Amino acid sequence: MRGNGTPLAHLKVGKTGRIIYIHGGRHEGPHGHHHGHHSLRSRLNVLGIREGQNIKILSKQPLMGPITIAVGSAQMTIGRGMAHKIIVEEL
Amino acid sequence: MIKKIVLMGNPNVGKSVVFSRLTGANVISSNYPGTTVDYSKGKMLLDKKQVEIIDAPGTYSLESANKAEKVAVEMLETADVVIDVVDATNLERNLYLALELLERDKPVIIALNLWDEAKHIGINIDEKKLEEILGVPVVPTVALTGEGIKTLVSKIKEAKSPKKIKPTSEEARWIEIGSIIKQVEKVEHRHHSLRDRLNDLTIRPLTGLPIAAGIIFISFWIVRIIGENLSFLITEVFERGYKPLLLGLGEYIGDGVAYNILISQEYGKIVFTESLGILSTGIYIPLGVVLPYIIAFYFMLSLLEDSGYLPRLATLLDNIFHKLGMHGYGIIPLFLGMGCNVPGALATRSLETKKQRFIAATLLAIAVPCMAQMAMIFGILGKYGIYYIFLVFLTLGILYITIGIILNKVMSGTSPEIFLEIPPYRRPSLKTTGKKTWMRVKWFLKDAIPFMIFGVAVINILYTAGVLQWLANSLQPIMEGLFGLPGETSIAMVTGFLRKDLAVGMLISLNLNALQLVIAATMLTIYFPCVAAFIVLVKELGVKGMIKSAAIMICTAINVGIILRLILIGV
Repeated sequence: MRGNGTPLAHLKVGKTGRIIYIHGGRHEGPHGHHHGHHSLRSRLNVLGIREGQNIKILSKQPLMGPITIAVGSAQMTIGRGMAHKIIVEEL
Repeated sequence: MIKKIVLMGNPNVGKSVVFSRLTGANVISSNYPGTTVDYSKGKMLLDKKQVEIIDAPGTYSLESANKAEKVAVEMLETADVVIDVVDATNLERNLYLALELLERDKPVIIALNLWDEAKHIGINIDEKKLEEILGVPVVPTVALTGEGIKTLVSKIKEAKSPKKIKPTSEEARWIEIGSIIKQVEKVEHRHHSLRDRLNDLTIRPLTGLPIAAGIIFISFWIVRIIGENLSFLITEVFERGYKPLLLGLGEYIGDGVAYNILISQEYGKIVFTESLGILSTGIYIPLGVVLPYIIAFYFMLSLLEDSGYLPRLATLLDNIFHKLGMHGYGIIPLFLGMGCNVPGALATRSLETKKQRFIAATLLAIAVPCMAQMAMIFGILGKYGIYYIFLVFLTLGILYITIGIILNKVMSGTSPEIFLEIPPYRRPSLKTTGKKTWMRVKWFLKDAIPFMIFGVAVINILYTAGVLQWLANSLQPIMEGLFGLPGETSIAMVTGFLRKDLAVGMLISLNLNALQLVIAATMLTIYFPCVAAFIVLVKELGVKGMIKSAAIMICTAINVGIILRLILIGV
């Protein structure tokens, strides 16, 4: 499963992908580790961004700016770096 | 015995609205996450007994990530009963916190809020079934209209801690949630609505940025129109109704120290903006000049907040704010700070790292004048033309950006990426927006006016004692040599620590020309926060951080003063 995925950040605006993997366990990634034990994965999880969920890209800001996504009936803006760690298969 | 009830829930699910419904208290709530950074306390009647009720900050889980969430968890420990406010439009995600709460040994009752909106977008939840599965009461509510709140209150006693939900792992919770959702929720497919179109247009850069520029421009234009006209009307009342009364009182008191302090420095003559009497200037500036703009500004801000537009703006501007060492959420302290720096400084808490918070707070104190001060700047420079007002704000804008870029470069620490929920657009109701505006205006009246009168009194006494003249004389060489301003401007600077609006007002009597006014008004904004904002900043940054921040402010003020003098007046 992990082999054929693409990072969410590479999906075009308006496209939907199913999440197959989220990078960023307890010791991964240079950013956001001021929370100590709190990993990117569980931060995303509590917002409903989890393996198996569908994500739609609503907008991408230019110059590597953030991406706005829809998951279920919720929408959120996440940084491009995070969007690179969410691996999806395009639907 | 129930003594303490704590409201828990995800951010932006209407917890604060439920709180104000339960207590009758007025709490500011907004359609974006992170409004409640502190908790509010209230009382409510339960079976004719008073119980304490606490509105904890919003949190997604009990493994707290930021300051606000830690506060929420601490609150939870002290609760006799927990009301978990759940967003019915986002049941799956909200159930995570719900399960965590149910695993603890606390009686829980669930308020299934935003029930109407869930129905509207085609989400049907079988609340009886949910109640059965979770083993605690589940009450559908629409806090905005009050629907279901009575039922909620009547069922608080039935709150319980179900034994069937055992502490478990993150994974297991999600599996459990998946199975619950399957049993209780049905989602109808719906068409692309107008709201979705509006959402797309305002969040895509190509259309979103021009729309953002338009919205900001129109907002300020409306603030100015409302502010100007209201101010004109109130001034008329002061001139025609109040002045004759005051003159009469003056004759009754007679010339002397009491007259000077209460009414005017000059016997028999009252100019509301200049006389510096407690009953003249002390009352006129807050009510006649500042209040109209405060009303106008908070009305527009409340509209923007309640519609849900601000998180979109934060998304669009994220790029720029990243260059300044923050992220898009930095727009929130900036906007709130334009009303008053105190709530602005409190809002910096929602930024994640120390570096971000330091930059946001320092830039706020340096380059963001509060509405009271802005109103006075409009007042003193307006008659010379919009160009001079523009000069002040252009300078401040350049400072905000350059100091942000520099601090971002030189400061250690990280600036994490934006991670922000985008709430659905909601049509603001005039009633709630009006109520919110009124709450904020009331806060201004209660806090600012006594302070203003106190400020006028202090200045007046120092004047009468000759301290200020001495100060003006000793600082004369510096003020004149460096900034091209008369020595008396230093008096305004001292006053600025008490109230910035009053300080700007004091420039009127100094007979400065328009360019000198620009220099003085700009420096007054930069050099230091007023005492109210200062106290909050010390709390937020710590003493060390505040000293650093203050050093930056003072250096900036001096440099900007010199540079503006060289550009505008010449050597």
